[in-house]
Amino acid sequence: MSTPANTVPASPLESQVTAPAVISASRRMYWSVRRELWEHRSIYIAPLAAAAVFLLAFLTALTLSPAHRHEPLDIPYEFAAALIMGTGFIVGIFYSLDALYGERRDRSILFWKSLPVSDLTTVLSKFAIPLVILPLLSFAIAVVTQFVILLLCSAVLPGSGLSVGTLGARMSFFHLSLMLLYHILTVHGLWYAPIYGWLLLVSAWAPRAPFIWAFLPPFVIWGVEKTAFRTSHFLGMLRYRLTGPEPSTTTARSGNLMEMMSALTPVQFFSTPGLWVGLAVAAIFLAAAARLRRYREPI
Amino acid sequence: MACIEARGLRKAFGTTIAVDGINLRVEEGRILGLIGPNGAGKTTALNAILGLTPYEGELKVLGRDPWTERDQLMRDACFIADVAVLPRWMRVRQALDYFAGVHPRFDRAKAEGFLAKTTIRLASKVRELSKGMVAQLHLALVMAIDAKLLVLDEPTLGLDILYRKQFYDSLLNDYFDRSRTIVVTTHQVEEIQDVLTDVMFINRGRIVFDCSMEEFESRYLEVMVHSEQIAAARALKPIHERQVFGRSILLFDRVERQQLAALGDVRTPGIADLFVAVLSNQSGAAQGGTR
Repeated sequence: MSTPANTVPASPLESQVTAPAVISASRRMYWSVRRELWEHRSIYIAPLAAAAVFLLAFLTALTLSPAHRHEPLDIPYEFAAALIMGTGFIVGIFYSLDALYGERRDRSILFWKSLPVSDLTTVLSKFAIPLVILPLLSFAIAVVTQFVILLLCSAVLPGSGLSVGTLGARMSFFHLSLMLLYHILTVHGLWYAPIYGWLLLVSAWAPRAPFIWAFLPPFVIWGVEKTAFRTSHFLGMLRYRLTGPEPSTTTARSGNLMEMMSALTPVQFFSTPGLWVGLAVAAIFLAAAARLRRYREPI
Repeated sequence: MACIEARGLRKAFGTTIAVDGINLRVEEGRILGLIGPNGAGKTTALNAILGLTPYEGELKVLGRDPWTERDQLMRDACFIADVAVLPRWMRVRQALDYFAGVHPRFDRAKAEGFLAKTTIRLASKVRELSKGMVAQLHLALVMAIDAKLLVLDEPTLGLDILYRKQFYDSLLNDYFDRSRTIVVTTHQVEEIQDVLTDVMFINRGRIVFDCSMEEFESRYLEVMVHSEQIAAARALKPIHERQVFGRSILLFDRVERQQLAALGDVRTPGIADLFVAVLSNQSGAAQGGTR
């Protein structure tokens, strides 16, 4: 009833000697990042939606209330940028929390692990999303939004002497964009790196509810410190991490957000010890997350 | 070099021992069926082989340590861990792009050729496909990889008979050649009996039976014994006896076919029947093991 298995005809497949193509580490990284963008479309949809909502609101305001026409026109630029960057930051938080948890929950980790991509590459590609991709995307969307605002203003206020090249009296559009890029890459990328690192670590480890595991420990540490030592160093540390390095010069404290951001020169920023401590902590978190992923199985 | 070589492979989860000192050697070009009851340690053993779980003991897969070198191992080995691990959000075209992007031995044209024989469209998302189509897709992806070792853990679980048959047919006809090695676990033992070159039974974390299919067919015979000859048949020391429609079926190990032919109808047993026999001959505690 069963035929000798050895009589099964050998496959006619010519085992053609294909020279094993080498896939470079950067190519694996590129495709891993693209994969993240396929899966998490909110990475670009959310900032785009924020920009669209803003533009709609701005257009409505502009057409409905002509009385406001002579107010300083720099506020919407900054608000638009802040809104889009804030959206990007929130997306980054939720993304990081889900990145290494979701693949265990839906069992697809078994599929990803069947491919020749190391755990470290996977973790780094997921880290690249909040560190590089989201800031750059937010920047691009913010600049386009600001440009559209500028065009709208020029169209509505033809007599105000506002041209596309200038933004009020303060700075050129180009200068503004450059400052925004600087801010977004330094603060949202490098400065927040340990935050994303922590979230990725929790997402690699958490048996369930990564959100709670991410936010409960800081809360508990704060509470214990408060009751036991009556100090709040930890809270101060967190606040320092969230608000970014303070400009050492006080001259920039004019209340203007953009100017405050740019007050910290690259030299000052890169010589802030907090930056390097943060990056070292982020590296430790990521190494731990990569190591944990090796042990992790579907939930 | 053996494809898989394990010595004293052991894995415990707390106090539960899932794999209890397995010695295993799988040569290149074999199709090994790993058969065992639920919780026997099949999946744990396979996970160790694939670098998905840490273990004690010695283990080399294609000359590598799977736990520390999983990513390099996966250039030459691939696996289907379960029917439903393809990410549901993924489009078929994205899966092809991604494989082509990260796998040095993936042949995209070949995968598209396999998919063309199915009703799967490149623009479909995995969540839109039926369970059988997902299995077809996964198999198409895996078969387009020029790998030395393919591990299939319950690859057809939950599929209907047509898909199951098709699955093993294409595996044999379009994929297997003498230089590849396949390790497969399944509960539908009968369906893969003709496919295998070797069979291994695993129970309670140990390998309790291991032989090639050639040996299996020459050693084991099953006889439906005429009732008047039952005493004579029993004298030949069958390893197992069972009743079917009031008739006794006796399973013999290394007994001459001519000798048995006088007692009734002789045939080669199914792997499943031998499995039940081997397990029930184990210590009384192993009686619970059924397929």
